[in-house]
Amino acid sequence: MTETFYEVMRRQGITRRSFLKYCSLTAASLGLGPSFAPKIAHAMETKPRIPVLWLHGLECTCCSESFIRSAHPLAKDVILSMISLDYDDTIMAAAGQQAEAIVQETIEKYDGNFILACEGNPPLNQEGMSCIIAGKPYLEQLKHAAEHCKAIISWGSCASWGCVQAARPNPTQATPIDKVPGLAAKPIIKVPGCPPIAEVMTAVITYILTFDRFPELDRQGRPKMFYSQRIHDKCYRRPHFDAGQFVEAFDDEGARKGYCLYKVGCKGPTTYNACSTVRWNGGLSFPIQAGHPCIGCSEDGFWDKGSFYDRLTNIHGFGIEASADEIGGTAAAVVGTAVAAHAAVSAVKRARQKGGDV
Amino acid sequence: MTVIQTPNGFNLDNSGQRVVVDPVTRIEGHMRCEVNVDAENIIRNAVSTGTMWRGLEVILKGRDPRDAWAFVQRICGVCTGTHALTSVRTVEDALKIAIPENANSIRNIMQLSLQVHDHLVHFYHLHALDWVNPVNALKADPKATSELQMRTSPKHPKSSPGYFRDVQNRLKKFVESGQLGPFKNGYWTNPAYLLPPEADLMAVTHYLEALDFQKEIMTTRTIFGGKDTHPNWLVGGVPCAINMDGDLAAGAPINMERLNYVAGVIDRSIDFVENVYIPDILAVGSFYKGWLYGGGLSGKSVLAYGDIPDRANDYSPKNLMMPSGAIINGNLKEVHPVDLRDPEQIQEFVPHSWYKYPDESKGLHPWDGITEPNYKLGANTRGTSTNIQQLDESAKYSWIKAPRWRGNAMEVGPLARYVVGYAQGHPEIKDQVDRTLSALGVPLDALFSTLGRTAARALEAQWAAHKQKYFFQKLIANIKAGDTATANVERFDPKTWPKEVKGVGFTEAPRGALAHWIRIKDTKIDNYQCVVPTTWNGSPRDNKGNIGAFEASLMNTKMERPEEPVEILRTLHSFDPCLACSTHVMGPEGDEMAVVKVR
Repeated sequence: MTETFYEVMRRQGITRRSFLKYCSLTAASLGLGPSFAPKIAHAMETKPRIPVLWLHGLECTCCSESFIRSAHPLAKDVILSMISLDYDDTIMAAAGQQAEAIVQETIEKYDGNFILACEGNPPLNQEGMSCIIAGKPYLEQLKHAAEHCKAIISWGSCASWGCVQAARPNPTQATPIDKVPGLAAKPIIKVPGCPPIAEVMTAVITYILTFDRFPELDRQGRPKMFYSQRIHDKCYRRPHFDAGQFVEAFDDEGARKGYCLYKVGCKGPTTYNACSTVRWNGGLSFPIQAGHPCIGCSEDGFWDKGSFYDRLTNIHGFGIEASADEIGGTAAAVVGTAVAAHAAVSAVKRARQKGGDV
Repeated sequence: MTVIQTPNGFNLDNSGQRVVVDPVTRIEGHMRCEVNVDAENIIRNAVSTGTMWRGLEVILKGRDPRDAWAFVQRICGVCTGTHALTSVRTVEDALKIAIPENANSIRNIMQLSLQVHDHLVHFYHLHALDWVNPVNALKADPKATSELQMRTSPKHPKSSPGYFRDVQNRLKKFVESGQLGPFKNGYWTNPAYLLPPEADLMAVTHYLEALDFQKEIMTTRTIFGGKDTHPNWLVGGVPCAINMDGDLAAGAPINMERLNYVAGVIDRSIDFVENVYIPDILAVGSFYKGWLYGGGLSGKSVLAYGDIPDRANDYSPKNLMMPSGAIINGNLKEVHPVDLRDPEQIQEFVPHSWYKYPDESKGLHPWDGITEPNYKLGANTRGTSTNIQQLDESAKYSWIKAPRWRGNAMEVGPLARYVVGYAQGHPEIKDQVDRTLSALGVPLDALFSTLGRTAARALEAQWAAHKQKYFFQKLIANIKAGDTATANVERFDPKTWPKEVKGVGFTEAPRGALAHWIRIKDTKIDNYQCVVPTTWNGSPRDNKGNIGAFEASLMNTKMERPEEPVEILRTLHSFDPCLACSTHVMGPEGDEMAVVKVR
């Protein structure tokens, strides 16, 4: 009765032959033998939609807005055919007690088997009452849902790092999900960005559904597949950086020629994100292409690192390549081993074994 | 209690059954609403509460004013960009920076595309389920739906019976799966839903079509601002330099290929609004035109600042293509000019808000405001400070302040703009409104309602879609005349700034009049203050007991089933509430935030 992932693909005009080919390629890309392809195909043909509780804390809702802009897959197909978005107060029909009842119903029916998607974060000051849901601190709703979920997706920079409301002096003590005191220990995947790229969000969801696990994560809990490279590494303006051709002021000759924005403050050399590869809104553009320096919105604490128009270092001339790479190298050092990633994947597997099939 | 009459003309009676809706869903941010209904289930008292606070202006203190747009843009990701635009205008006002014509045209295209996108997404994805019953759509005859579609919008290509059958089958499968997702626990048996199954199926189909299409509307902003949500802006102009045929034009932000993309998006946006959105509003409206609740303040007190400057740098009403002015006491014959710098006009009050003033009987102008959080519940509250069952509206009850224009509670938003425009005889607005009223066969008074608010939003989306084209053509003409400037950087360097300045900037956000006030001292932000649309609409009572626009609009509405708040949602949603926007405040003297004591 439920539309499976396979049926979605069929409905989108994908033949059974290419579906099986997709499964073989998937098996290969995961380093599995060809014998795994039928297993993947079987899983995708039979899986029901996984329940998702999408909770909102202190936030601006830019993550949801980004999500609905996904070009592939379409947000419509994710919501109707891939997940069961049982609670999301931004789009759900029910309100008040009928809405809150859904959280409890989902917990009872799918204990340990639903995904908790967090947008925004909880405040700890004001007894948590600067974010109220159903007369109580949002913190309570979050902790209750986390207690029973299978895994947590931290959407965007709010849930991942704290973002704008946690910028100095953080008047509400807004706290990222993984730092919430007393939160149940669950696998957390961080998908930072303000907001994250739409197609990155939907790719993370599809990956989890397809492979029954998180993608490999870096030490900070971000999926390596989208966050292991600096924007600078794949920037189409990189050759101008290497050649020492810079925009000196907005709308100058260099700006019109698409020169490097490093001198007007670009944070691309220290920002890990897929903007220069995946790009935004169906691959249409990204901030640097439209002439504005990267503000580093997927990095922890990016609001408190000085003006967006201050250059990263004061070094002039042709020595920049080395300097910028030093900066990048420092950042690279904190990213790395797959240990945490494997631990998270194992935790998902444990949760699955405990809680039954997805 | 006895009935209390508010100075703005509403009789409040909280003796009947109390109905609590928390959370109010399908809005941006978090809010709570409580009403009392009498024995006939008619709402006799209304209490609206902002239930979130982030303190962004506190965070802005001491920052570089050129960065402020990025911070305040994160006030709201739904009306993304409008705070950023307001911010760069505010800083430019303070520093007396004039922007190039091309920057004005590009900013206007971006702002107008937001109006189109935000209004469309609001109607289909936040508001439609108050009028449309997706479960009832399963009973529809696809052939009859196809006929309805061709009758309401003959130009829309997706109208075959097979198309509607496919959508219906998909919906059927979805419902039969037992996993109802966003439709779970909806009020689908409530008699407040009046559409026949065919209209429900048509509307649900367009819910999905609109979800697919909306992502295109904003791509103009991806071209000019690099990404959406949250595109990039620049004090002094726009960051996207123009290079039509010079060296390396292919890698320039704006070239012929980029402009062609924008032109295509604008045309498709006009098509969708005219062939889907507007016809749907008329179709839904025709079944609900007897449901004329929700007028609230719209026929009494409305406010608009105006927006969309035709020529760059002139923010006087005659140069603004969206209307500005204030109407009070229901006197549509007189539209008062609004001055954001006048300390007597806009003031904020806090006797019912979770903040503290030395003298709470007085209001303060945003340049001189004070904010000290003070989360304190009234003596008659039911529950505890962290488990509120029922609020005490005689005391403090919201994170939203109460802004007033010359002491009056005002409604802002598309309907307010259209009422002001209509009163001023704005030809485009008058034409749109008159045609809509005549198509539905209703008098002018019908405009002052929940449905009128929803209709005005659609008409404004149509207007905005066309105006995008106007500014696109203006941009092309200007480039053709040899002007490719996009930014004025003469005063971009803080070293060129005076020691101390202040400024104000404004826009018409999708949800209504928006203004920011800034004080800059020694090149840093000394004070930043935003008074936003939902602060106006969602305001609690003030020092004199005037109720705000949300509260007023709920009064005297008949509920079919008080335990199912369809009517409350319908009317609150007609304002398109944005709670993350509404609750931002700080002290101009940079008061340290007091630790909130919960009593």
